[in-house]
Amino acid sequence: MLGNLVVQALSGLASAASLFLVSAGLTVIFGVTRIVNFAHGSFYMLGAYLGWTLATNLPRGHVPFWGGVVLAAVIVGLVGVVVELLLLRRIYKAPELFQLLATFGVVLVVQDAALWIWGPQDLLGPRAPGLRGAVYILDSRFPLYDLVLIGIGIAVFLLLWLLFQRTRFGILVRAATADREMVGALGVNQRLLFTGVFFLGSALAGLAGALQVPRESVNLQMDLAIIAEAFVVVVVGGLGSLPGAALAALLLGQMQAFGILVFPQITLVLVFLVMAAVLVVRPYGLLGRAPAGHAASLAPVEPPIAPLSPRGRLVAGVALVLALLAPLVLADYALVVMTEICLAILFAATLHFIMGPGGMASFGHAAYFGIGAYAAALLVKHLAAPMELSLLAAPFAAGIAGLAFGWFCVRLSGVYAAMLTMAFAQIAWSTAFQWVDFTGGDNGILGVWPPAWAVPKPVQAWGTLILCLGGAFLLRRAIFAPFGAALRAQRDSVLRAEAIGIDTMRIRWFAFAIAAAFAGLAGALFAFTKGSVFPTYMAIPRSIDGLMMVLLGGVQTVTGPILGAIAYTGLHEQLMRVTELWRAVLGAIIIALVLFFPRGLAGLGARS
Amino acid sequence: MLRLSDLHAHYGRAHILQGVSLHVRPGEVHVLLGRNGAGKSTTMKAIMGLVPPTSGGVEFLGQPIAGLEPFEVARRGLGYVPEERRVFAELTVAENLEVGRQKPREGLAPWSVERICGVFPSLAAMLKRPGGRMSGGEQQMLTIGRTLMGNPRLVLLDEPSEGLAPVIVDRMADAVRALRAEGMSILLSEQNWHFASRVGDAASIIEKGAIVWRGSMAELLADEAARGRYLTV
Repeated sequence: MLGNLVVQALSGLASAASLFLVSAGLTVIFGVTRIVNFAHGSFYMLGAYLGWTLATNLPRGHVPFWGGVVLAAVIVGLVGVVVELLLLRRIYKAPELFQLLATFGVVLVVQDAALWIWGPQDLLGPRAPGLRGAVYILDSRFPLYDLVLIGIGIAVFLLLWLLFQRTRFGILVRAATADREMVGALGVNQRLLFTGVFFLGSALAGLAGALQVPRESVNLQMDLAIIAEAFVVVVVGGLGSLPGAALAALLLGQMQAFGILVFPQITLVLVFLVMAAVLVVRPYGLLGRAPAGHAASLAPVEPPIAPLSPRGRLVAGVALVLALLAPLVLADYALVVMTEICLAILFAATLHFIMGPGGMASFGHAAYFGIGAYAAALLVKHLAAPMELSLLAAPFAAGIAGLAFGWFCVRLSGVYAAMLTMAFAQIAWSTAFQWVDFTGGDNGILGVWPPAWAVPKPVQAWGTLILCLGGAFLLRRAIFAPFGAALRAQRDSVLRAEAIGIDTMRIRWFAFAIAAAFAGLAGALFAFTKGSVFPTYMAIPRSIDGLMMVLLGGVQTVTGPILGAIAYTGLHEQLMRVTELWRAVLGAIIIALVLFFPRGLAGLGARS
Repeated sequence: MLRLSDLHAHYGRAHILQGVSLHVRPGEVHVLLGRNGAGKSTTMKAIMGLVPPTSGGVEFLGQPIAGLEPFEVARRGLGYVPEERRVFAELTVAENLEVGRQKPREGLAPWSVERICGVFPSLAAMLKRPGGRMSGGEQQMLTIGRTLMGNPRLVLLDEPSEGLAPVIVDRMADAVRALRAEGMSILLSEQNWHFASRVGDAASIIEKGAIVWRGSMAELLADEAARGRYLTV
């Protein structure tokens, strides 16, 4: 029994070691550059694939194996440098969310590059030479390799600590993490510092990836799986804090190791619950500090939103009439696309409601879309409820989830709030994924069909059109109503809004819940048009889809998310039809858009 | 040595500097006086490139430097001591000084930790203390020391007396005079007339983003009317 516990604790340490390597890189990069680097998970995956290639092609033996691991890390570090030089360097002054979007573009490109080079199948690498066996600890078996991994984790921590305490580079990194503008004013060329930090951080991710090869298979899902966990570690530890990352990695490693013994069904949920709990008690993480006022971005002052001009109203009216007539003439496939666009518009409008007037960022808006979809599907499957009732109930389910999750999220701000929204989305996702008996797990719930009268495609198109545009219109009304004015007031200045008697936290909270409810409606409609629901409805890529639509359209206009939803969904549809490597093309387009139009599509119109 | 001509700068849409012209001669302590919000700090930041000037020129040692990045401005020999001090709170005093260290400059005796401790003896005893655990006066000495480590030819001192006890202000005045004696040129922004009048050689008064009075310190001491109009609250 005791042996079992010790072995469990050790295997927790082994996971903590690799989690620490990934997170250390992420936190150091964030600390200095203030970029939330989604592509960090891709660097980890790249390290694993490169490690696999080197391990299978180099001759056997200690030197080639470990040399291969180091080489993989160095190559990934250089890839990181290339990304920094070609992309991130140009957008350091762009708004945070655009930077995030650009790094997500890199994720998509790397995913397809890996698919193209290494193929879709899981790859199994060779075991590390001389470390195939196990040791016995109190009569329990423990893999020798995992023991070495723990040692490597500790060694890397000590080396990093020395680097940051004893070298000029390390001192500059710590200074820049606190106040990078001041470091620049003292004559330090930050470009070199940023590039150096990117090399170091990416190489650490690559090292962690290559070290995984002897433990588990290499696959195309590694990037997003690890980035979610690494975000949790970095946020729990405190953004930019290296000891914080180590502490949080230890905590999470042990939680996972012992969580499996106690609650095998909800290990994933547990991780994110810990994060939510820590952030409520310590909003800047265990060892983090409130960011210095000077680090605040010099975002341009946005003009207040205005209702559409008479000309704009005319265009919108004509478009609406055309859309209403379209189902009479369009073919089925075109109607399916039109339905998807309507759903995207409502989804984007709800996210915009939080981000634009509300001033909060959400990395996990898909949660409410998915909860709406699952609520409808579960009602149909377990209670045989009719579609009409399910559509009515779904927004309530999503709204209640919005109230529950939102209560936590509105208490934080900036990147921390955004990370927390992602954590909650991952909780929703892992519940759907792991609670197989209730939700069907990865297989989803099938047979969520509408009643006979709603089966014809034109009827579905009209139905979604009316419900979705109606929902978007209600949200627009809310933005211009006194509630919306108060919401915008607290976005512009919490202090001033509080001073005139607005309960800012409460107003953010309600806005969050309202947006969640409408997103739930979109999700439920989506479930009925597809006839099924899957955990992917709540996964990170769908949240990013929403962000993409809102940011493409421009955050500070009401029509922006609508234009963004149409453009993005249309683009997505077309690309998937034209090419296998649509992710790479989409990623490249996103990167190009961020580089050339950092204010979004609607911003383009506003400037001319 | 440093010449600003018709410098304009904006914060967002607010037009803060509306044509500042100023000339700091080698070896002088030039005091930039003005009330709160007149544009003293923004002038300093615009010189450093921290707030990019929207028009007008900044010339340093005969070279135009407007539009350069802050680190490039600093490397040309302009040292900046910000009003809010901006000490790196988690770094030790020695590490704070290390961040400021730059290559020696031709014709100048290079600054070192020892030499800075000579100017500010109280720093010597606390080299291993984190910057966040120092008093306001000690932090002010550290920020000046940190900037000197870059071997500047001219230092921009933004309100060094702000929030300090009178005894410490006296010590600051000694330090400024000591630097001047070593040949350092200084542009000093101040609201504290008493402090400014003790250390300055020349003065400019800024109001609503433009220079409204300029002359020597002796002239300003004699011109009670100007002081009354521009400096009293």
